[in-house]
Amino acid sequence: MLARNATGRSVAVAAQEISLPQTADRWIGGLLGAATATAACTVLLIVGFLLYSSMPLLLSGEFIETVTRHWRPYHMPPEYGIGPMILGSLSLALLALVLALPLGVGLCSFLHGLAPRRLSRPVLIAVHLMTSIPTVIYGFVSVSLLVPLLRRGLGEGSGFSLLAAALTLAMLIVPTITLLLNVHLQQIDPRIRIACLSLGMTPAQTVRRVLLPASRQALLAATILGLSRALGDTLVALMVAGNAAQIPSSLLDSIRTLTAHIALVLATDTYSPEYRSLAAAGLMLFTLTAVLSLLIRQLGRHSRGGSHRAPAIR
Amino acid sequence: MRQRSDSLFAGFAWGATFLVLASIGALLAFLFVRGAGTLGPRLLFGDTAAWAALLRHAPVFDGLWPAVVGTLLLVCGSSLLAVPVGIAAGIHISEYAGPRVRRVAGLCIDLLAGIPSIIMGLFGFGLILFLRQTLLPDANTCLLLSIVCIALLILPYMIRTTETALRSLPEDALLLGPSLGFSRWRAVRHIHLPLASRGILSGMILSVGRAAEDTAVILMTGVVANAGTPQSLTDKFEGLPFTIYYLAAEHRTVGELDRAFGAALILLLVTGTIFGFAYWAHRGLEQRWSLRS
Repeated sequence: MLARNATGRSVAVAAQEISLPQTADRWIGGLLGAATATAACTVLLIVGFLLYSSMPLLLSGEFIETVTRHWRPYHMPPEYGIGPMILGSLSLALLALVLALPLGVGLCSFLHGLAPRRLSRPVLIAVHLMTSIPTVIYGFVSVSLLVPLLRRGLGEGSGFSLLAAALTLAMLIVPTITLLLNVHLQQIDPRIRIACLSLGMTPAQTVRRVLLPASRQALLAATILGLSRALGDTLVALMVAGNAAQIPSSLLDSIRTLTAHIALVLATDTYSPEYRSLAAAGLMLFTLTAVLSLLIRQLGRHSRGGSHRAPAIR
Repeated sequence: MRQRSDSLFAGFAWGATFLVLASIGALLAFLFVRGAGTLGPRLLFGDTAAWAALLRHAPVFDGLWPAVVGTLLLVCGSSLLAVPVGIAAGIHISEYAGPRVRRVAGLCIDLLAGIPSIIMGLFGFGLILFLRQTLLPDANTCLLLSIVCIALLILPYMIRTTETALRSLPEDALLLGPSLGFSRWRAVRHIHLPLASRGILSGMILSVGRAAEDTAVILMTGVVANAGTPQSLTDKFEGLPFTIYYLAAEHRTVGELDRAFGAALILLLVTGTIFGFAYWAHRGLEQRWSLRS
């Protein structure tokens, strides 16, 4: 199908190159090109803005200090470092990923072989539906349901913790992981399944021993995409994690992420140390997610099934 | 031969599915049970008469109406900006661009799609601080700024879905234009776009959903708790997702918490409906092509 389509396209292009170029056509092409240029420039503009804002820190060499130090604005002397937030972001995202990855893989295995025929479609629709639930609602329900539960169950602390946020965030990234993996599993040659069946393998064996190992790359891409989404999320962390700017040492600690830090700190002018810490946090966050996006692109280039983009229905 | 580890694996898959579905079920059930009682005209308009609020004779103080209006304006405004540009760029990348342009633009759009929404908000916020120090000392965060930043957020989705819809057209549709001697734009306008319209539509609907739900961007760019309905683009505004966030953290009375549940339920119904439309458009598309080939 892919090859057929490619020939069709190249024939179409060749035929159009033979036909005479029309002035109106050129105009329209230029106009459409301007739209693409706008989108591309937007990224450059945002990168430029982040670099420009952190320029004072980068030039004076304070960037490293900012990234490693504590956040103690009312201390004497005050410190405006974002070290705890970086650790907070990383630990929250990784923990959520560790929780979500087995769930996503399990869900996908269920959809591809283990589910009774009548169940598989409704479950897939439910996973799609999960993507349409706003993050603020995940956060809100977590605050009013999960946090009190943790508070009562553990008998200590306020319940606003790394654990609560990670559990909530895991629910948020499960559909991302599941849908990407699902698209890949759907593209696997149906003859492979028939071969497995004729070897007398059970559905569970087929999924575990053949289909999942065959989609190792998609699994990696899904992991990276899930991590990127977990790092970029603001609302769950802001509402559930407690927002204390401290280095996380246990699951029940209140933590603050880079995203929540940006949302919380009030800066009134670009010269203030608060604003500089925001710029540094923004730059760190952008660098992390950009590296992850590039990794996914690279994976997509080497895979047969085309690119590993987030599924259209997020 | 059936091995024990394989049965364990099957159990794990069933368990994972059950766990996820049960959590989502609990989330939805909790929201519906807790929120259903709050629904009603009082939730939207508070003590103000509905017609007076609709005709803007009287301000609404303790209802969700201003937040609904704010979100509506935000969604309409950002879609007006992002949808035409997104569709145009999608057409350009899939139909006009050469391999090198396609690669560079694809890279930029992947990066743009990966940027966390809070950074879009920070960008807007920094832009205002910059403008204040240079050209416009009176610049402040406002509805217009939020519209622009949300538009940037949904732009990559629009481009990607348009591009994907156009690129997954079958071969005969691509050959139809040249075989009739159509110019490139004519083929795109009269053959490719109509055939891809459902895919583009589903992308458009999803972008609208994303514009309606995002909180991080508006948090940084001009949403406030008690703005009322905005009178102009340079006003502060209220938004449904922000109202949920704000009331969840700052509610002082049970009534305010009830309002947060009402807002959450309304937002969920809105995004659920949007999702339903997108799913319907997408499924129609799948059926169309699977019938043909």
